[in-house]
Amino acid sequence: MSRNRTFKALAFTVLSFALSVFAAPAVFAQHEHAAAEEHAHEHGKTEEFNPGQTILHHVSDAHEWHLGTIGESHISIPLPVILYSPTKGLKVFSSSHFYHGNGTHDGFTLHHEHITAEDGSKVYDFSVTKNVASLILSVVLLLLIFTSIKNSYAKRTGKAPKGLQSALEPFILFIRDEVAKNYIGEKHYKRFLPYLLTLFFFIWINNLLGLLPGAANVTGNIAVTMVLAILTFIIVNINGKKTYWQHIFAMPGVPAWMLVILTPVEIVGMMMRPFSLMVRLFANITAGHIILLSLLSLIFIFKSAALSVVVGPFTVFMTLIELLVAILQAYIFTVLTASYIGAAVEEHHHDDHH
Amino acid sequence: MDLITPSFGLIFWQLVFFLLLVIVLGKFAWKPILASLAEREQSIEDAIELAKKTRAEMAQLKADNDKAKAEAIIERDAILKQARQTAEKMIATAKNEAAQEAKAEIEKARKSFRDEQAAAVAKLKGETAKIAIEIAEKVLRRELADKAAQETLVSEWLKDAKLN
Repeated sequence: MSRNRTFKALAFTVLSFALSVFAAPAVFAQHEHAAAEEHAHEHGKTEEFNPGQTILHHVSDAHEWHLGTIGESHISIPLPVILYSPTKGLKVFSSSHFYHGNGTHDGFTLHHEHITAEDGSKVYDFSVTKNVASLILSVVLLLLIFTSIKNSYAKRTGKAPKGLQSALEPFILFIRDEVAKNYIGEKHYKRFLPYLLTLFFFIWINNLLGLLPGAANVTGNIAVTMVLAILTFIIVNINGKKTYWQHIFAMPGVPAWMLVILTPVEIVGMMMRPFSLMVRLFANITAGHIILLSLLSLIFIFKSAALSVVVGPFTVFMTLIELLVAILQAYIFTVLTASYIGAAVEEHHHDDHH
Repeated sequence: MDLITPSFGLIFWQLVFFLLLVIVLGKFAWKPILASLAEREQSIEDAIELAKKTRAEMAQLKADNDKAKAEAIIERDAILKQARQTAEKMIATAKNEAAQEAKAEIEKARKSFRDEQAAAVAKLKGETAKIAIEIAEKVLRRELADKAAQETLVSEWLKDAKLN
């Protein structure tokens, strides 16, 4: 037993070390790439490895999908840039025009992933960025996974689940029984199930995709979490029943003069809920990515491959934690959404519910 | 700051794709999947219900059987008891009848014996009287001849009469 464990630990260390060594050139090259870009824009500052910049580059959105760098050549997928400006109309072109030139194309300039028009007019950037591409990938994956599962249900009516169906059925049942039914109640939960299930699996799969090497950071992007939070906010408020609004504008059992204080507090609370949803998911996922990247950056800061013996296993450990966080954050977002909906559709006053 | 500034394009695409996903998955995945799950749960529930019902029916059947058995035993016992009673009664009646008949027979025998006895006594009386008259006749005839001889004769006759 103990010999087995020793062997496992040894194999683990060797594997981590190997992984770190292989990962090293990629990250380092990344730094060079970023540095080169900086150089182009900021005119000749020779820079040391800047971990902050590298990390931010990794967790931020971009107009191309950079997968890695071998030597001097970057492996990246150019993505379509879609721009609309009132003066120039709709423009669609490949992002390679920006990256393989001086950062200017067709009267538009890309600077630090921001596109501006050279004539100073307003530009609406609808580009399929790295995050949008990853978003589309996750949507396609979700559609493939769940239509396949749907077919399994159609084919195996009344039989025990099998394969992917049986792998994901517990989650579907969990969202239905423990989240929707539990927080929204028997009467209303069915209406909100499609939203809750989509929300859960969307966040989960994007969290997982974000952990892949070279992947985008979709759920760690504030625009994505903002849209999800706003959708929850809209759903909660259009389904708000009398009791819900009463609790905001005229809290029962509170003297009238107190409402002058309480009502603004409740309104702020109403706004804070989606805000906290947005920040929680964004911060958790981004923080996870930053931690992993910071750990790996240590190797380059100290310029020592030997450090990877320590950093490697710890990175693997953190990645495992991130796997847990991936589902945990999806669950938390879904549960909180369900509980907000539950509070909105609740029709009778229950003191024990607060 | 870039990190916490939501970009316009991504908001747009996220909204479009997420709503699309909710609608498409809602219609083509969640609806049939949830329906299948509900159906399966219903069928499992029904099966459990049926099993419960069957079990109850079996128990009822067993109880009925036991009851019928118990009733049969009681009935059998009753029949046996009745039969025994009837038999006893019959025996008693028979005994009684036999006793009465025997009594009547004895009575009859006794009566006929008495009758015969009476008849015999009556006959004896008649005979005795007849003998007495004959003796008296003889004595009276002899008296006329010999006194001593008469007495002897009378006693002899009497002796004879006693033996009778």
